[in-house]
Amino acid sequence: MFTTPHDISRRHFMSHLAGAAALAAPATAFTNSILANAADMKKRHKSAILLWMGGGPSTMDIWDLKPGSATGGPFKQISTSADGVAICEHMPLMAKQMHHMSIVRSMSTREADHMRGRYYMHTGYVPNPNVEHPSYGAVIAHELAEQVPDLEIPPFVSVGSGSVGPGFLGMSWAPFVVDSNGNVRNLDVGIDPVRMSQRLEMLATIEKKFIGEKRGGVAEDHAKVLDKTVRLMTSKQMEAFKVAKEPKEVLEKYGIGERGASGFARGCLMARRLVEAGVPFVEVDLGGWDNHDGIFPTLADRKLPELDRAMSGLVADLADRGLLDDTAIVWMGEFSRTPNINGNGGRDHWARSWSVVVGGGGFKRGVVVGETSSDGKEVVSEPYSSQDLMASVLKSLGISLETTFTAKNGRPMKIANSGKVIKELFA
Amino acid sequence: MVRGWRLFVAAIVLGAVGPASAVVAGDESFGIPQVRFINEQVSAGWADAGLEPAAEATDGEWCRRVHLDVIGRIPTGGELQAFLSDSSPAKKADLVARLLGDDYVDEYARNWMDVWTTVLIGRDADNDNVSRPGMRQWLRRAFSKNMPCDRFMEELVTATGSNTNKEGIDNFNGATNFLSGKMAEDGVQATAKTAQIFLGVQVQCTQCHNHPFNKGKQNQFWEMNAFFRQARALRRFEQTMDVQSIEMVDQDFAGEGGDPEAAEIYYELRNGLKKVAYPVFVDGTEISPDGYLPYKTEDGKEKGANRRRELARLIGGSPLFPKAIVNRMWAHFLGYGFTKPIDDLGEHNPPSHPELLDGLAERFREQSFDLKELVRWIVLSKPYALSSRVTAKNAKDDPTLGEKPKFSHFYLRQMRAEDLYESLLTATEADQSRAGEAASKKKDEWLRQFIIAFGTDEGDDATTFNGSIAQVLMMFNGDIVKVATGTGKGGFLDRVAAGGGKNSAKIDALYLAALARKPSAKEVAAANKLMQDRKGDAIGALQDIWWAVLNSNEFIINH
Repeated sequence: MFTTPHDISRRHFMSHLAGAAALAAPATAFTNSILANAADMKKRHKSAILLWMGGGPSTMDIWDLKPGSATGGPFKQISTSADGVAICEHMPLMAKQMHHMSIVRSMSTREADHMRGRYYMHTGYVPNPNVEHPSYGAVIAHELAEQVPDLEIPPFVSVGSGSVGPGFLGMSWAPFVVDSNGNVRNLDVGIDPVRMSQRLEMLATIEKKFIGEKRGGVAEDHAKVLDKTVRLMTSKQMEAFKVAKEPKEVLEKYGIGERGASGFARGCLMARRLVEAGVPFVEVDLGGWDNHDGIFPTLADRKLPELDRAMSGLVADLADRGLLDDTAIVWMGEFSRTPNINGNGGRDHWARSWSVVVGGGGFKRGVVVGETSSDGKEVVSEPYSSQDLMASVLKSLGISLETTFTAKNGRPMKIANSGKVIKELFA
Repeated sequence: MVRGWRLFVAAIVLGAVGPASAVVAGDESFGIPQVRFINEQVSAGWADAGLEPAAEATDGEWCRRVHLDVIGRIPTGGELQAFLSDSSPAKKADLVARLLGDDYVDEYARNWMDVWTTVLIGRDADNDNVSRPGMRQWLRRAFSKNMPCDRFMEELVTATGSNTNKEGIDNFNGATNFLSGKMAEDGVQATAKTAQIFLGVQVQCTQCHNHPFNKGKQNQFWEMNAFFRQARALRRFEQTMDVQSIEMVDQDFAGEGGDPEAAEIYYELRNGLKKVAYPVFVDGTEISPDGYLPYKTEDGKEKGANRRRELARLIGGSPLFPKAIVNRMWAHFLGYGFTKPIDDLGEHNPPSHPELLDGLAERFREQSFDLKELVRWIVLSKPYALSSRVTAKNAKDDPTLGEKPKFSHFYLRQMRAEDLYESLLTATEADQSRAGEAASKKKDEWLRQFIIAFGTDEGDDATTFNGSIAQVLMMFNGDIVKVATGTGKGGFLDRVAAGGGKNSAKIDALYLAALARKPSAKEVAAANKLMQDRKGDAIGALQDIWWAVLNSNEFIINH
């Protein structure tokens, strides 16, 4: 039923909307200091996958266990494929992949409200009423889009979650949100493509007039997003969203097709397909970590098995295909949960001492960075912030930390809020 | 073509010049002192910042925006023409009076019901303890009779009864839906949302700790929370054991320390120590710590307290209450509030126009919290009448760059999804009795495609109806636009096509219906090309033009 044109008529189709594309003012107000070998980039594009754990998972029950401590909870730890690295017993499949990953156990942040924490961990900035900062996906897509000039689908895809927006980079760097089945609504044009292109020409005339009247950036952003939409509608690359096309053995790797397989598993597989197609940034959402009540059965019976199967499948699949060296993986939530177990057998919001996991890309693997106290309440090594993590992720992708955004008012803003690279994550 | 149109407009404007215009020139505030106050305050801000305001918006633009903002849809062709051909200097005030009057009472109520449903219970429909139809039913009634805003707040904050209007339920009260889904964990969400919405105070961060960068202390959250401890959201079951409804009740609160007459609660500091809290309002006013609901002792003494009633009384008397409402309403009409976010009026977040905010809040109280009057003052004010076309003299007034808004030109913003839905119905004259609950449910289904839930206990949500690719795809190919551009017999396009007259008149009709203006010369040329492309299929060509107009930035952006 997909009636948009490909090949010959596609070229025709595209040529007609070129007008609308050309409307957009110079696309960026941005100083970009990436200088890389173009031929090299063509073959090897970098990407990042963010596994976003909405609600704030208790990392001391997953990556930094305190067995025997009053705060430690009932879980035991198991050894992993990385020397001297132990994680939760309910993550047996990830335990076999930890030589590809590294744990940072010394995150220390201050935002323990969901909205604020989500914003801070996505942008490296605390919420500020006067400026909206771009999130990981927008920054990385913006920086890496040049590597994939033939990419026709959006460079920032968010599976099952809203992520955080593009801030001052503008709506054309906003996340493209799809559900975990890869269904994109309203793709079917349903009319003759030539006629569609004629309609688009008329549309471009109206867009142009309104933009020419100088009413502000919202009007220009609309035209840019129109252009991206047309590119996407006519692209064969949309196949990348069709997870069901994978062979059975790949589906099994992620646990898809089994009872209890989750949207998160399909999202992880879609992330791999999108990365293969050249998409610089994919965010996959797994919610349900806001465990104020009965945390341990919830983790042991539901959340950890779900996470373990899909995440281990993704890491192994990327490694098997030789994609891991060019694909950075980040696992995190907006914060973690209190070491003290509350009266409802749950844990509340806690940002002072917690863990994130990274891997692939240019990261050093199989190591643990930092340390928390025996009850998990304090970081006892050098503490790291959201901006430090962001700087490290950018470095792992070869993005220069000297990159400076120039907000349209001329105020320069260092990429990743001038965070310091976490040195232990690099060889 | 363009020239002809401009002359047409000019003729209308000139028609108003003469004796009548002297009235307009002498008093740009329509004789309303509150409007004059707004104009003086905003103008002073322009002078201070060295800004010259934009020109006035055209009558078509103003007519479009006031319909969108007051009743949630663009004007019909008839409404637009009536306004454009009105030569009275009071025509703006007259139109506003009509939109706020009996003729539009259903549409006014529908629009503000939509706005406040989102404010009070969010967009996500998945909370089992909330009945959206119940909430809407109450809001529709409240806005239909222009319930004073203090009463509105009081009924929401103190609501008791069942949240669902079902057979067999005799104590339905839709207002309970504001709190019925927020009572988990001792009413943490009820505390946070009540403070945000009705006081502009962000207490939620102090639930767990003192605020890192303002004066909010952890005790403030729990002292506010203590007002909600008599409130209970009870599940009422049918025989089948399905939850039939949630009933909000107030019950005696025994306290956590064993003494109901000093019913205290405990909260935990980050160092693990426990502290005690009693109900204390944000301004420090204490009420009786008695956990019993009001009763008389044997010797006739009044004892006990209804904590939610006390809270509503304190909110109603607080200067923060009218400020929170005024700020929200101002942001609705002008695109930005005096603070950002609009529900944070804390000292760490100074407003762009402090005197204007305070002054409007006072006047709103003096006007007995009459929301329709507040709407009238704002939409008849000078900043609301300005063009969105930026000039060199006011280009630096751009809140997207982090500057505080000066309102020296009208800030562009996208229609809300609800506005778009209603506007498409209006533009295609598919406009039949759509104020009922059945219509609201249909709209809900359509809106659902844009909703993203964040998977937290707080039920946060967001919308992808924000200029995203998903939204453009919906406008390109979605069912709602397919219907709007349908060529079926008796439909909008069929009627335009059959209307007789020249093609140019038909194209004009499409432009007026969607954009409240006529096409430019270039647009006429582009439309004529489509007429040729369709080779005599006139309605097909009109369909193409209509599709393009509806998909344009100018249509979806309130300008």
